[in-house]
Amino acid sequence: MTGKVIEEARPRPGVATRPMAARSRYRLVERLIPILMITPSIIAIAVFVYGFIGWTTVVSVSRWQGIVPDLSFAGFRNYAALLTSYRFQSDIRNTIVFTVFFLIGSLSIGLLLAVLLDSKVRGESFFRTVYLFPMALSFVVTGTVWQWLFTPGAPGQPTGLNLLFEQIGLPVFQTWSTVSHVWPGGGWKPEWLRVPFGVPLAMIPVIIAAIWQMSGFTMAMYLAGLRAIPDELREAARVDGASEWQVFRWITFPLLQPVTLSAVIVLGHISLKIFDLIMTQTGGGPGFATDVPGIFMYETTFKSNKYAEGAAVAIVMLLMVSVLIVPYLIWRLRTETER
Amino acid sequence: MSIRAPRAPRFHPTRLIIYSVMIAFAAFYLLPVYLMLITGMKSFAEVNISRMWDLPSGLRFDSFLAAWQTLKPSFLNSIKMVVPATVLSSLLGSMNGYVLAKWKFRGSDTLFTAILFGMFIPYQSILIPLVLTLQRMGLYGSIPGLILTHVVYGIPITTLIFRNYYAAIPTELLEAAKVDGAGFFGIYRRVILPLSATGFVVVAIWQFTSIWNEFLFGLVITNSPQQRPVTVALQNIAGSQYTMWNVQMAGALLVALPTLLVYILLGRYFLRGLLAGSLKG
Repeated sequence: MTGKVIEEARPRPGVATRPMAARSRYRLVERLIPILMITPSIIAIAVFVYGFIGWTTVVSVSRWQGIVPDLSFAGFRNYAALLTSYRFQSDIRNTIVFTVFFLIGSLSIGLLLAVLLDSKVRGESFFRTVYLFPMALSFVVTGTVWQWLFTPGAPGQPTGLNLLFEQIGLPVFQTWSTVSHVWPGGGWKPEWLRVPFGVPLAMIPVIIAAIWQMSGFTMAMYLAGLRAIPDELREAARVDGASEWQVFRWITFPLLQPVTLSAVIVLGHISLKIFDLIMTQTGGGPGFATDVPGIFMYETTFKSNKYAEGAAVAIVMLLMVSVLIVPYLIWRLRTETER
Repeated sequence: MSIRAPRAPRFHPTRLIIYSVMIAFAAFYLLPVYLMLITGMKSFAEVNISRMWDLPSGLRFDSFLAAWQTLKPSFLNSIKMVVPATVLSSLLGSMNGYVLAKWKFRGSDTLFTAILFGMFIPYQSILIPLVLTLQRMGLYGSIPGLILTHVVYGIPITTLIFRNYYAAIPTELLEAAKVDGAGFFGIYRRVILPLSATGFVVVAIWQFTSIWNEFLFGLVITNSPQQRPVTVALQNIAGSQYTMWNVQMAGALLVALPTLLVYILLGRYFLRGLLAGSLKG
């Protein structure tokens, strides 16, 4: 305390003692400098994120369906056309199926591996490195490799993973990547729904590839979460006679809830906007069985020059991601300011 | 001094199960890499779909050479794009993180949240205006255009990582420097920067990996084979008339190599970047 006062009182070379007025002006400048320094970034984000989203929204309600731009207002007909189109309905179904299975798979495998790694095993860092390395790869690399792994062979001549499955006595899932069949399909459905509802079988190889790439990430998150739980907490429960399962079920698992939430946010937003992986692994086929809005938007806009339709798809994608992300960001902001 | 003799290590059957499961999963993750390696070492004639798992007849690197011949120009493009984009976005992120962590002003937390939103959006929702804007700026189809794009859309994540990183620096250090007469830049240069080395490594690795691996911008913003990054070129090998799996697998491994090396050598920092984006700092 006193040291501070003395420091301030003692005149130092190079620092002129300022009169009061100049001092307060200096304070104002000092408060403005930080804001000035992040202004370029703020402008960039304001234009490239918010401005461009607004611009895309304008395109999505326009008549711009060819090479020549036409921004005259068309109402919501582009959206209406999407909702009744076979391809877009498949895309929404596929996105839901992909997201649900991808999340369940990545979360459960990630949790399992983290718990195993946390049980004082030998070679932990080796296993951790192996489990996590696919995260360093591009989705394009993953898609290329898994395409080869699931290459369909001639009927009766299984290849790739199917061959491996056969050799170890598992049934052959040969047709996975070649048929557009949806399981279970059929059954009653509302009149406006043009696509069969269920799991497109061709989606399974894509989901497996995505889990291969991302489950190491959930493993790392859960492992960090596990390491943050104080040992005494679990030790106390063990002393009280709790079994290992009870310790996990009633102490560890509840304390991992925030990790699960973070993982759902991160993986969920990735899977809702998935593009690279599916584009390289299946290209959306066969027959839109693995098509997703990201591919639809890309092809409609940049291959067919239907800008208004592509923009409408993009805005629907943004809305889907926002439903997940915006509440999370607001909650994060609230808890941060409370601290 | 313990009176009892040390307990002999007991054999737990659960241990056996644990290790079996862990090894099985390790095999699952390594399987595709193994396949890339053995397929890449085969000749085109040798690549037979029904003998996918057979070992190659010898150590041969023809396919890797062939893949390198095809990918080399785009490989260089990727380097020309990744290096400046990584440097620029790290510098921007450092400055933003410094301001948002240590020079808070009214509304700065809300502003930070608004910036963060930019890293979650599907880029499809900004792609049409982006292409039009780059065309008007004369940057469409060029590497500088890609650099600008990656720098701008890298702002949210680099700002987030640096903000969390700087939040851990005790405010007393800054106060002391202020008392010594240091202002905004003085504190940055004398207190923050010397403590930033790890932060820069984490952010640079993160940006290097994500920009190298990125596909959508590369696909849409470039229009000529001369400018495209390596991920787009790899996807193009796959789209050629008949698929030469040996070249394709060799190519995939080549594309994966830079980020894989960074991961193996600097895995600790890679992990920190990974977790920085997901856990509350």
